[in-house]
This record gives sequence, structure tokens and C-alpha cells, in this order.
Amino acid sequence: MKSTFSTLMRKTLMALTGLFLCFFLVIHLLGNLQLLLPAVQAKESFNGYSQLLSGNIFIKIISYVLYTSLIVHCLDALVITLKNRKTAGKYAVDQRGASSKWYSRNMGILGTLILIFLVFHFKDFWYQYKFGALPTDEYGHKDLYTIVIAAYQDWWYVLFYVLSMFALGYHLLHGFFSAARSLGVYHPKYVSWIRIFGRGYSYAITAGFAIIPIYIYLTQHVSWN
Amino acid sequence: MELNAKIPPGPLKDKWSFYKDHAKLVNPANRKKLEVIVVGTGLAGSAAAASLAEMGYKVKSFCFQDSARRAHSVAAQGGVNAAKNYKNDGDSVYRMFYDTIKGGDFRSREANVYRLAECSAQLIDQAVAQGVPFGREYGGYLNNRSFGGVQVSRTFYARGQTGQQLLLGAYQALMRQAAAKTVTLYTRHEMLDLVLVDGKARGIIVRNLDTGEIERHTANTVILATGGFGKIYYLSTLAMGCNASAIWRAHKKGAFMACPSWTQVHPTSLPQSGDYQSKLTLMSESLRNDGRIWVPLKPEEKRKPNDIPEDERDYYLERRYPAFGNLAPRDISSRAAKERIDAGFGVGPQLNAVYLDFSKAIKEQGKEKIKEKYGNLFAMYRKITDTDAYSEPMMISPAAHFSMGGLWVDYELMTTIPGLFALGEANFADHGANRLGANSLLQACVDGYFVAPYTVSNYLAGEIHAEKPDAEAQEFIDAEIGVRAHLGKLLAINGTKTADHYHKTLGKLLYDYCGLSRSKDGLLYAIDEIKKLREDFYEQLKVPGTEEEMNGELEKAGRISDYLEVAELMCQDALTREESCGAHFREEYQTPEGEALRNDEAFCFVSAWQWQGEDKEERLVPEPLHFENVELTVRSYK
Amino acid sequence: MKINLKIWRQTDAGSPGRLVDYELDHVIPHMSFLEMMDTLNEQLILSGDRPVEFDHDCREGICGQCGMMINGRAHGPIPHLTTCQLHMREFKDGDTIYVEPFRGKGFPVKRDLRVDRSAFDRIIMAGGFISVNTGQAPEANGIPVSHEHAESAFDSAACIGCGACVATCKNSSAALFTSAKIAHLAKLPQGKIESRKRVLSMVEQMDIEAFGHCTNTEACEVECPQDISVLNIARMNWEYTLSKVLK
Repeated sequence: MKSTFSTLMRKTLMALTGLFLCFFLVIHLLGNLQLLLPAVQAKESFNGYSQLLSGNIFIKIISYVLYTSLIVHCLDALVITLKNRKTAGKYAVDQRGASSKWYSRNMGILGTLILIFLVFHFKDFWYQYKFGALPTDEYGHKDLYTIVIAAYQDWWYVLFYVLSMFALGYHLLHGFFSAARSLGVYHPKYVSWIRIFGRGYSYAITAGFAIIPIYIYLTQHVSWN
Repeated sequence: MELNAKIPPGPLKDKWSFYKDHAKLVNPANRKKLEVIVVGTGLAGSAAAASLAEMGYKVKSFCFQDSARRAHSVAAQGGVNAAKNYKNDGDSVYRMFYDTIKGGDFRSREANVYRLAECSAQLIDQAVAQGVPFGREYGGYLNNRSFGGVQVSRTFYARGQTGQQLLLGAYQALMRQAAAKTVTLYTRHEMLDLVLVDGKARGIIVRNLDTGEIERHTANTVILATGGFGKIYYLSTLAMGCNASAIWRAHKKGAFMACPSWTQVHPTSLPQSGDYQSKLTLMSESLRNDGRIWVPLKPEEKRKPNDIPEDERDYYLERRYPAFGNLAPRDISSRAAKERIDAGFGVGPQLNAVYLDFSKAIKEQGKEKIKEKYGNLFAMYRKITDTDAYSEPMMISPAAHFSMGGLWVDYELMTTIPGLFALGEANFADHGANRLGANSLLQACVDGYFVAPYTVSNYLAGEIHAEKPDAEAQEFIDAEIGVRAHLGKLLAINGTKTADHYHKTLGKLLYDYCGLSRSKDGLLYAIDEIKKLREDFYEQLKVPGTEEEMNGELEKAGRISDYLEVAELMCQDALTREESCGAHFREEYQTPEGEALRNDEAFCFVSAWQWQGEDKEERLVPEPLHFENVELTVRSYK
Repeated sequence: MKINLKIWRQTDAGSPGRLVDYELDHVIPHMSFLEMMDTLNEQLILSGDRPVEFDHDCREGICGQCGMMINGRAHGPIPHLTTCQLHMREFKDGDTIYVEPFRGKGFPVKRDLRVDRSAFDRIIMAGGFISVNTGQAPEANGIPVSHEHAESAFDSAACIGCGACVATCKNSSAALFTSAKIAHLAKLPQGKIESRKRVLSMVEQMDIEAFGHCTNTEACEVECPQDISVLNIARMNWEYTLSKVLK
């Protein structure tokens, strides 16, 4: 079973791509938080921000790194999962779950849920912005804001979005510290710092992304009807 | 046959140097043509196999466990002695030599014991270089503790797992050689016979325990490092697989057995709780530093220990040995416990234990302090017995622990069969009639790392031009036929009793009559009973399965068939030694106060036994012990 | 007390196995789990059946030879304990206990509950040692090692090689075992010299032996009888990356 990539290299790759995606989530969330501003201000600010991101060459490079990370993260996960399935022992009665967290054992499933979410997410926003025929706002920016607000009018869409954020949250809860482990942070002091930071980070990302659609649904729902 | 121990000439302290200077060497180019078989992968076996392979010999290493790392050296807790004098407390090679020879009750060879002490310092160097994580002081230098009632601190330790760490060092050295292909490993292989060609050890017959296959292996020399046989008592501190089969079968091929009855019984083991019990777990002796040992004054006391008032308790060690009290040496403490238990003062559901009480220490030093010192031991006690030893006394009892006896070896660790060496606990050499704490790891390591490479080479130098051993030789064929016949015999009985039944019965018999105290009548009775048991064994044993497959019961049965013979020799040995010395206590030979009475006039010798054939009494060949550097004194702990 | 057992029986690596039902009537709570198995075997032998093969030796938790999945947990329901240290008082009268061998592609079943763990030996062979010959060693105190480093090295070195980490890992990863040895030797100055070469070859061997990826679920640490820390795995990852980058 000797291959070019060792089990450790595959995990290092998961960690590096995963951490880059974590970094992106922060930027993404910071941008999205503009949606919590009062409607008029939010529209101006958010659309302007979107325009800024799409024009910058530096951001463009980053975005390609992002797409690559996402694809590599998924493919690598697939390889690891398939290989693990081959090596894993199977028991008639299995209570091994008692000694670890459920989400640490189900990263593949959580990841798949996130991937399904991403398909919709890309279709509804990213694709629309890049290739769709979007109206422009009064500043001449593509009006992504209106698209976003429109999307969150359906309660089921909001629910789907929020649930996906929980999947993401649990994925991060294990993923963040696991990445640090795979990269070899072994000093007990820093390991516990990272654990605490990772937990805080996961809560913040989940809460931040989940609040936005709920907030929009609750505050702007009526005015649009 | 006269026994020649081949002690080198010269003053005691120069003997080993003299030997090394004059031992014959083998040219590196010739070494790879010479094959060495090492049976056993404990400290002695792994160390010897690795060291000889490093020198360039072709080594085959055998063990019955599924990995070389699991040999029972792994279980030693306390530590390993070495005369480094790091504590600047006046320790020296001579002092260590003296403590060991005195601790052995003057029944070991001066030259061997001196060499043990002399090589001890080198062992610590070797182990540290291998990565053994010994305890260290804050400055980064090695730490020592005091052990076994000596006046200096010379014990090196790796927490409570010194044996494990030393063994892993040796095991890793062995695996390094296995990777270099200088050692071929045969795990799950059990030696079933030794093969002699022209009177020399030339190979072994083994059984692959996973497949049942019988294999012949040839070599220029055979080294047995197969450990002790205290498991003969069934209930012991040893591993389930520990056995006497390799040395016993070598004995039947002509190697003399020396002092087989000298078994150390450890005083602080957990008592037996029922017939189903398979093992007695050792609790570190260090507990006796703060625990007080007592039994109730009233026989068959029904009250709980905490309800028995102070004036109704008998602190018998403090009473009998005021100078040493609860710290009296192993043999004395064990015997005193047995005396009280036999007199009807034992405690616990089986009335087979004594109390080890920490209430005074907890009152004086506080629970926290005791927890800090013995927390892991109290936790282990709780795990096994479900009892909290902080609030009520522990119950302990003596358990068979270490075989001082074994194959007779000379100064070169060669048995009476040319080319057959015995190392570690498998031999009789350095501990006399009683072993000092933390000397067993030392002896195994010194034999393997530092003695065998010289002495085995010295032997092999004469083998360079010898004919290459041939596995198709008649001697090998005959040995294999014999092995198969024995296995077939065990399987064919198809009786009604399991191998364990015989082991338990034998163990009880030995513990009662050839254990902590022995008497002529008892020993004669035991010999008679063992003979009957052996007859019954060959009529009523039941071994399921076949020999051509994995068969754990067949392995057991084979080992017990040997134990049934060893046991008789042990009793014979104890019977003929009409004195009390070290672990050997004959009731007829004691002082009016009940202390051991040694007889240096008549018994200052090693009893070596020569096999005479099935159902024949063995012949005793004494090897007189000469003491030129120490004066024989009486051990007194009053 | 009465115990119902469902024990995995398998003749050899090539044949399929199955769970077989047994009943034991007179189990005493003070018995160890293995003594309960002894009692069962005694019963099987006397009734003409083949006894259950299982690995065991020292029965005091240090040799690492015993190991079974008991009710789906490696070494049974209590964390940080070997099978031989488990006692029947942890079970109730009338309980049904499932007993299976440790499993994983790297641990083929030999018979019944005995498994082949020789892969661990081969991982050590690949570099789990310090290359020092007998006689080469310098004076022991010539290499000072701080108290903390020595203790930490001991923590890693305490591994008994039982394989519970592999058995309890959902991927059957041998990361804890392999990393404990890598970390033990890397933490000591005398072992550091070869640490780069060691980590690369031990990891390579670990992969050859068909153990899975470590996905950091940390179940191994919970079941490990010696409480070996998962931080050893982090240390291995660090040493490995460093060695790859600086190679």
C-alpha cells in the first residue's frame, strides 16, 4: 500500500486547505455583517463591497486559491474516507462512539452537507453575480443586496440556511483544532489555547452566518410583501 | 562428574578483566558463518541476541509470546541496581558485591557476584544511550532510590515500570538487528527440545504455536534465556505463560539443574480470593515503608479491621523484629506472615491474608502525603479489590515470585552441556538463596549485554572449523520424533480433567510443602503426592483439538507435564538441603526463636542435579562454594 | 451471577467467523474478565468443545498481550484499563456480553480472539530505536536530560503495544502507537540525532501495514491503558512535516 502521498501528507493537505477556508469564512462573514445595517445603508455598503471584491486582481488570485482549496479539500477528503473505509475494522456490536465526539467521527457527512449547501449557495448568489443579469443600484454597482434579501423571504430557505450553518459549525468545531493537530502543534499550552480559540471561532462563525438570514427574514419580510 | 566453575585466576577484582583479556576471539569474517540460537526475548535474551548480532553472528531469536516485547521482564516494577555512587554515599563495586552475597545468605559464587556488581555501572550507561527514560533530578542527572534494606541509594528507576523500559530498550536493539537481517525472529514459537550432536548443543526443536508445525533449527551454540519457573506454584506473580519447559528439556539432555527449590516468595502480593484465581498481583514493596502489618490477636476474628481495637491487634513483625519491624527482608516477612496465617490468625474471606495498615501514617503525615507517595498503588488496589485502602487496611499475602535456582552454569554461563548457555533467571548463579530487590533486572541485563558476548565468542572460536550442523542429522530426526510422541501422548489420553486442574493441584501442594517453610515429612509426602498426580495426569488429562493447529491447551499441558517433574526435583532438592538459608526454610533447622539456622559446615555448596532417566532418582553433584573475600556471618534483623 | 456471552469464533484468517452464544451460571463478581473466560474454557473442554483462543500473559496490565472488544469497546467499558484488569463486578447478573477480537486491516484475526499484531513490530523495526551498539555507550550522566524531558519521554515510552488504539479507531489508524515511539525518542537528546530519518521510515512502514488515517477523534487516548496522550500524534506530525520539508 505504498503510495506517493503518505497518510500524514494527506492530512496535512486537509489541514492547510481547511485553514485557508477558515480564514476565508472570517472575511466572508465580516463582509456579510454589513447586511445587518439599516436597509438603505446596508444596500449601499454591501453592493459597494461586492464590487470591490470582484474588481481587485489581488482578490482574484485569492479567489482562485479559494476555489482550489475547496476542490482539493473535498477530493482529499474523499480519498481519505475511501482509504479509511478499506482499513477500518467492523464490529458486530460497536460502542466505540462512547470514547469520542460524534461530530469528530462524522466529518465526511458534515462536509457533504456543507457541500450540498454550497451548491445552492453558489447557484443563488455567486453564479447570479458572476453570470446572471443583475440590476444595478443607484451607484452603478450590481445589486446583489436585493438578490440576497429576496432569497431570504422564504422561511424554508432560511431554515435550510441556518441548519447548514450548524453543520458548518460542528465541522469547524472538530476541523479547526484537528487542523492544528495535523500540522503538529504539540505543546500542551498552545494546544489548549487553540482548542479554546477554535471553539470560540466555530461559535462565532455559526452564529454570525445564521443570524443574518434570520434577521433579514424577521426585519425585512413584511416590507417586501 | 566433577563440576568445574572455571573461575579465572587472580584477585577477585581482576578476575573478569583477566577473563576478557584471555578469552578467544572470532575474526569478523568468520562470525557471519556462525549461527547462534537464543531462546527467550526478555532482558537477557534480547540483550544477548542483539549484542551478538551487532558483533556479526547470525542469530535466530525465539519467543512464545506474539511479540518479543512481551516477555515477563516487562513486569518488574522497582528498579535496577548499579554501583555508580552518584549519591556520594560510599557505594562501591565491593559494597554492592558484599550486599548481594550477604543478601543471598552466602550461597552464591564470589566471582560471579563480583562481576555482576562490576558490570552494573556499564549497564546504566547502555540503557541511557538506548533511550531508557530513567528518573532524573532537576539538574538533569540521574536519580536513585534506596531499595531492599541496604544502606546506600543505588537503585535506578523509571517510575514503577523499570522492567518495561529496560526491556523496550533491549527489544528495540533487537528489532534494529532484525531490520538489519542479522537476527531472524521467531515469535509464537516454543522450544520443545534441545538437540545434541557429538555431545554439543547444536540446535532445537520448536513448535510454531500459530500453526502447530514442528520445526528443526540448527546452530553452533544455543542460549537459553527463558526466565524463571515460579509459575509452577500456579498462583504467583509471574505471567501465565512462564514455564520451565526449555530448561527442563535441556536438563533431561544433560544440563545440570542447580538449587531448583530456591524460590523467592514476595510478601506484598494481593491474596487469593477464590479457586478461579489465576494470578496474584504484586503490590510494590515500598508500601512497607509506611504501612504497618498486623493480624488480630484472636483467631478467626469476625469483626471488620477498623472495629478491632489497638490492643487486640498483633503487629507481629514489629514484635518479632524490633530493629527492622515492617521493613524486614522479603523472606523473613513472608515467612512471618505464613506463620500467623497457618496459626489461624489470617484475615479476609479465605483467612489467607494479613493487614497492611496505613491509618497511623495517614494520621501522622496526612492523607495527601500518602496519596502523593502511593497514589497509583492505592488506585491499583482499588481497581482489583474495589476497596478504599485510605479508609481500611489493605489485605496482602505472600506469593511465589522469583526462581533463584535454574540451570547450573559456570563462570562463562555455560551449562554442563558444551555449547549450551543459560542467562538471566533461567540460570543459577548470582543470587544465592535469596535475591535482593532490584538485582534481577541487573543480572538479566549483565548476562545478556556484557557477559555472553565474551563467553559465547570464546566458545564459538572453537567452532569455526567444526562441521556445519545439519537438520537432517539423525539426532534432529530423533528429537523431533520424541517431541511428536510426547504431544501425541498428551492428546491421546482424552480423560476428564483439564491441564489447569493439575496445575492448580500441583501449585497448592508445592506452596504447602515446598514453599515458605519445608519439613522432611512434608517434603516426603509431597514427593509421593506429586508422583501420584503425575500418574493421574497421564491417565485423566483432557486436551482438546489436534497438534497441527493453534492449541493453547496443548501448550499448557506440555508445560505442566514438565512442571510435574520439576516439582519432584524441587522437593528432592529441599529435602537434601538440611539447613535453612535464604528462601529455603527447613522447620527442623531453626533457632529457638524461630529464625533460620544455616549450616556452613555441611551445606556450603550449590546442589547441582543430574538427570538419570525417567522415574529414576536424580544424582546430586555438589559444587563447593569457597569464600575468600567475605566472612560468613549470620543475617540478623532482630 | 449469570452471564450470557456472545463470543466471536473463527477458525483461521481465511475462514468466516460468527458470534456463538454461551451461558455461564456461576460467575463471581471478584473474578477478572479473563478468569471468567478461563471458567468458560474449562466448561468447554470438559464438554468436548474447542476452548476459545485468546491472547493473555502477564495479567497485570503491562505486557500488552491481552485485548478484546467487550460490548463494542476496546478492553471493555472502563477507560484506561487492559482486559486483564477488568473485573466482573462491572457487569450485572443476567447481562449479555459481546466479545470480539480487535479488528482492523492491519490486525488480521488468527483464531477466535487472537489477532496478528506483528505489524507493530515491523513499525518499530523501521526505526523505533536508537542506533547504539552494546559497548558504545558514554557515561550515563554525560548526557544530562532535564527532569521534565525525562518525565515527558517516559509518558510516551509507557506504551504497552496492546493495539487498543487501532481497535477503537474508526479508521484503524496506528498513529498513537507509532507516534508514541517517535515522540519518546525525539524528546531525548540521544534519540534526536536520528529523529528525521526515523519519523519518515516509521510512518512509511505504518502506511505499508494498512493502517488508516488519523482523523483526530481522540478515541485512542480514552481507551489507552497507559493514557498515552494524543499530543504524541501532534509531535509525530510536526516531526514528519519538518523532516519532509528539510529533507
